[in-house]
Amino acid sequence: MTNTGSNIERILDTGGFVVTSECGPPRGADAGVVRKKGELLRGVVDAVNVTDNQTSVVRMSSLSACVILKEMGFDPILQMVCRDRNRIALQSDLLGAAALGINNVLCLSGDHQKFGDHPQAKNVFDIDSIQLIQAVRRMRDEGKFIGGEEIKGKPVLFIGAAANPFADPFEIRAPRLGKKVKAGCEFIQTQCIYNLERFERWMAMVRDRGLHEKCAILAGVTPFKSVGMAKYMKNQVPGMDVPDEMIERMKGVPKEKQTEEGIKICVETIQRLREIPGVRGIHIMAIEWEDRVSEIAKAAGLLPRPQLP
Amino acid sequence: MIVANRKPLEEILEMIRPYKKILLLGCNECVTVCAAGGQREVGVLASELRLSRAKDGNEIEIREHTLERQCDHEYIDQIRPFVGDYEIVLSMACGAGVQYVAETCRSKLVVPAVDTTFLGVTMEQGVWSERCQGCGNCILDKTGGICPIARCAKSLLNGPCGGSSGGKCEIDKEVDCGWQLIIDRLQELGQMDRYEEIIPVKDWTTARDGGPRKRMREDLRL
Repeated sequence: MTNTGSNIERILDTGGFVVTSECGPPRGADAGVVRKKGELLRGVVDAVNVTDNQTSVVRMSSLSACVILKEMGFDPILQMVCRDRNRIALQSDLLGAAALGINNVLCLSGDHQKFGDHPQAKNVFDIDSIQLIQAVRRMRDEGKFIGGEEIKGKPVLFIGAAANPFADPFEIRAPRLGKKVKAGCEFIQTQCIYNLERFERWMAMVRDRGLHEKCAILAGVTPFKSVGMAKYMKNQVPGMDVPDEMIERMKGVPKEKQTEEGIKICVETIQRLREIPGVRGIHIMAIEWEDRVSEIAKAAGLLPRPQLP
Repeated sequence: MIVANRKPLEEILEMIRPYKKILLLGCNECVTVCAAGGQREVGVLASELRLSRAKDGNEIEIREHTLERQCDHEYIDQIRPFVGDYEIVLSMACGAGVQYVAETCRSKLVVPAVDTTFLGVTMEQGVWSERCQGCGNCILDKTGGICPIARCAKSLLNGPCGGSSGGKCEIDKEVDCGWQLIIDRLQELGQMDRYEEIIPVKDWTTARDGGPRKRMREDLRL
């Protein structure tokens, strides 16, 4: 047992079911925004992801927002993308994060800068997400930098990554998870799940390889705010799979009731996901909609969260 | 080959605005094959420049000349007898050619008429696409002969990312996902077991990151 101090690890160790959500830092230096979002998640989640310049839009740094949330009593998950920093900067920030009491890291490649507010930027991608997982694992367990030098004061972090069962080619999505597990990944948060049938097929492949026993799968969900959002997710977001019947279901209710319908779909999805063998938790990504996470968690029977000493 | 694009006429006109005597220099290598700066393009650009300047009542004298290569002294030396007669050299070669002409003709201003883009192939008449980034450490043996550095928008060595959709890259529906191509090829070759190997962090010292590169073969030196 590693014993990183991570709430996710502690709950998994006792066989519990994990609930995480996310907090997107603001496009400014106002710590109050982070605190306000944090308040909405109090008592609702075991750990909070803090995104790293998501969709390549400049925001307050993930590590800074993690520290603000940590001071509020949360267990933040530091998201780290390989787009903006080389191996020197990534390792430096990992040491800094551990020194500031952060317990979790989520290793990601990162969206291409084309989608953001600085499409003219030069990208880095010195290493990729799988190599980052390997690096964190080696830093923590062997006390070695990528370059081979010894670390004085190992960064003790619980190591996570993302998986998208809905991206192509489908047949390599479980083998790709296998590579992440081989690299040292301990938990996975998936892309938003709308196509449960495909997710179940992916989970069957994951179980066939025994990956769910080496790495905890937290299933990702995102509520629709409207039929417009559902259509946008279906047509505009690469690697997102929204079945037509979901769009039809959202269309079938009057506009003023669509929000409630979106939440209802999300709650039902969570209930189905909980029944799938190998799913060890739920990751609720309510993008700029943190005030509804508590309601979703409650309706899905995920509350109260375990009290950890 | 090195693939280039001719710059827009307005940009070229701006570069040569103060000058009346111009040596327009084409190159018979890569930029000829990719139709950016060969003899034909030299003729077309010269006509456009003459017309445009004449319209403004600011006529220019252009000498059109295409060298076998602009990346070899041996050929650049051929312009020595007459380069002094011109105020500026407008080179249609790749960035290497422009710089080598400038190094050779130190007293002349040498400016580019093309934007050098990538190392690529001719896909069909009029279509070229990128294949190599010259990283100096080839791994094509591991990836089914398709380069993830050049053909994945994120240069992922252990791809594909979560943005691969229907064989296309998240940045553009017209761009193939390099990792989809790699996987298709590994499947055809019966080498899918290779996919499961983690490719370790890359040593970029052989690429541009290691500083300007130079290659020397002692056995060939005079």
